[in-house]
Amino acid sequence: MRFFEYESRRLIEEAGIPVTKYGFATTSEEARDIAADIAGPTVIKSQVLTGGRMKAGGVKFADTPDEAMEHAADILELEISGHTPRGVLVDPKAEIEQEYYASVVWDGTARRPMMLFSDMGGIDIEEVAETHPDHVGRQHYSNLHPVSGFLAKQCIASTGVTGKELTGLVPILTSLAQLFVDRDMTLAEINPIARLADGSFVALDAHMEMEDEAKPRQKEILTELGIAEEDNREGYEPSEFELNVAAIDAADHRGVIQGKDTGFHGNIGLVIGAGGGSLTLTDAVRSQGGHPANYSEIGGNPSVAKAQGLAKEVLSKDGVEKIAVMMSIVSNTRVDIVARGVIKACLDLGKDPGETIAIFRIPGAWEEEGFKILDSYGIEYCDRSVSMHEAARRAVENIQGVAEPKAEGA
Amino acid sequence: MAGVFIDVEVTDEVKADPELAQTLSDACPVNIYAATAEGLDIVEENLDECILCRLCVDAAPPGGVKVVKLYDDGATLER
Amino acid sequence: MSILLDEDTTFIVQGITGREAVSLTRECLDYGSKIVGGVTPGRKGREVHGVPVFDTVAQLVEHNDGVTPTGSVVTVPPAFTKDAVFEALEHGIKTVVVVTERIPRRDVGQMVELADLHGARIIGPNCLGLIVPGVAKMGGIGGPAKNAEQAYQPGSVGVMSRSGGMTTEISSTLTAAGLGVSTAVSIGGDAIIGSTYAELMPYFEADEQTEAIVIYTEPGGRMEAQLAEWVAENDSRLPIVAFMAGRFMDDDEMQGMAFGHAGTIVEGKEDSAAEKIARLEEAGIPVVERIDGIPDAVKEKLGPEAPA
Repeated sequence: MRFFEYESRRLIEEAGIPVTKYGFATTSEEARDIAADIAGPTVIKSQVLTGGRMKAGGVKFADTPDEAMEHAADILELEISGHTPRGVLVDPKAEIEQEYYASVVWDGTARRPMMLFSDMGGIDIEEVAETHPDHVGRQHYSNLHPVSGFLAKQCIASTGVTGKELTGLVPILTSLAQLFVDRDMTLAEINPIARLADGSFVALDAHMEMEDEAKPRQKEILTELGIAEEDNREGYEPSEFELNVAAIDAADHRGVIQGKDTGFHGNIGLVIGAGGGSLTLTDAVRSQGGHPANYSEIGGNPSVAKAQGLAKEVLSKDGVEKIAVMMSIVSNTRVDIVARGVIKACLDLGKDPGETIAIFRIPGAWEEEGFKILDSYGIEYCDRSVSMHEAARRAVENIQGVAEPKAEGA
Repeated sequence: MAGVFIDVEVTDEVKADPELAQTLSDACPVNIYAATAEGLDIVEENLDECILCRLCVDAAPPGGVKVVKLYDDGATLER
Repeated sequence: MSILLDEDTTFIVQGITGREAVSLTRECLDYGSKIVGGVTPGRKGREVHGVPVFDTVAQLVEHNDGVTPTGSVVTVPPAFTKDAVFEALEHGIKTVVVVTERIPRRDVGQMVELADLHGARIIGPNCLGLIVPGVAKMGGIGGPAKNAEQAYQPGSVGVMSRSGGMTTEISSTLTAAGLGVSTAVSIGGDAIIGSTYAELMPYFEADEQTEAIVIYTEPGGRMEAQLAEWVAENDSRLPIVAFMAGRFMDDDEMQGMAFGHAGTIVEGKEDSAAEKIARLEEAGIPVVERIDGIPDAVKEKLGPEAPA
């Protein structure tokens, strides 16, 4: 779950990292008042969950409170990559002597958190790592031992930073490392930390992401920030289909369903699973020249109602007349239960299951019972002797009229 | 709304027995059976969730409860 | 033979009275696995399918004549999984299969680090366990015994998969082709897991029964790159064939979206399907396009010794 910049500033402030006298405004008048309070030149920053704010015109400088108000009014209306700002952050414009980069990320291979630091802040860290590798310091740290300052010190010192710069930056990176573990972050980034003329350091930006799985145990801070439990903060606005499927999933604890259609523009409705099976089948349909209308996942041991709910949502999508119901061999999902669910979805919508279900390919637990059900409704099905790719080919042929397999490696 | 795939046939004796109704209600993992003061109620909207576990068939006296598979030429689970 | 699990392996089930645990305990026992006890705090004295339940691992070991079981299958809910795994590790259990999903990765990091200190191995989390066809299984992999027998027949191919379901689909395909499976491991779908492909390779290397390896992979993470590095640095006798799902995630419109498992978010070209495929093929690991293409690819790698 991604935090807005103004929330991230609050998080690092709470962790003892120096921040500016920033303010968060949802109206241009509020922005003017904050700027007046700051009594100096300001930076007005769009508060959206996507990057590229500067480029899109979402970051502006103002010399007076009135100018701040004007810029805020513009930015509040400015959509960036499909996102409307929640508000603006008003920052005092800093007299920057030098910019640094500091972050903590998860290293999946080492299975430890890792600090990243550079004395070339303000720009793309990946670029710096490529062009100036000795200006980037990395330091893994233990999951079990307490976070200690010497780790940050090693990380920063390895870039050549020494003297008062070093001793001033160490507490900041240490606090960031502690925050990363205390708050179950997957990313904690400050770019840039600025060194000001008087030698002090301050965070001029903050980007934090918390692991979704950890949200139940981070309720206190999330409530403090005013973040609702259902607020998932996907990188994009979920579609109606996605929200409906999520609601059906949430209402019934039996099994799991998921549906995604952002980025899918076809007419082949996919009622598929499980996780790996869904990925494989989506690839398989496309490799046969098919155009999926959506992605979905059925997992665990869902109720008939849950399977029905997913199939109904898929069939209700614009342009979807037929669905392909396919899964990898199932062990704890029941073939007969899924069969009942998808048939009921068709009946619910006044459709003939035999005409609407292009292919049913789910081998595994309770398949004999499932096949009886499918036979009784005249539905085209196949067992495990038919591969996932062949089932996909049949689905494409049935729904699009002809399968056009792409050449190997295409 | 009756079940499309599953039906349940219950004898009058079983239907009128509140104690047995409670036993059936406790046994069924998908809440097909509800117990009232008068005896047994079938929760029709849950019929299609039946997982063919036979717990109801075995909890009732022989022939008391039959689970009918409407998709299988009326084949039944009974004892 | 096999890896990590054989006919002498004894194991426990932590969280044994939970719904999923009750089910997999039945399946494992039916399959021939040796479950010597279970642990659910507060439920000492109960039995699950004849398996005695204890409050603590210590009580279980005492009841087991002071002999520490080799393994544990952990199904305890995410808020308590770390504690259960710590308990198992502190009592000397060496193979811990963590079935539970949605565990915060900080907890997983701690579990794996503690396992390292104890010389123990964690499989998972968010996995279905492992199976040695015809011998034993740890976890729900393959389902009830008769389903597992259908999909998993003994043979010469070691299988490692990030997806539990695809472990069975691939194994079934190998079984149908007459190649069979030596040991199949569902390694888990999370971003941080206890055992990667490269970390399990030495085990397969040392297993006489294994003659080839098949891996199921997805975009996200560096596990495949790590395997490619391992192959380059080690003179392995085992040819490896890979299948990668989720190629559609390379589409521009899909960038930054999460599909499948937690570990499958594609960010930056480094983790894309295309990059991974290139890396694997450079290391001599062919990446087949279709699941049903796996047996032929394996037979090609095995050469004249391959079963017809």
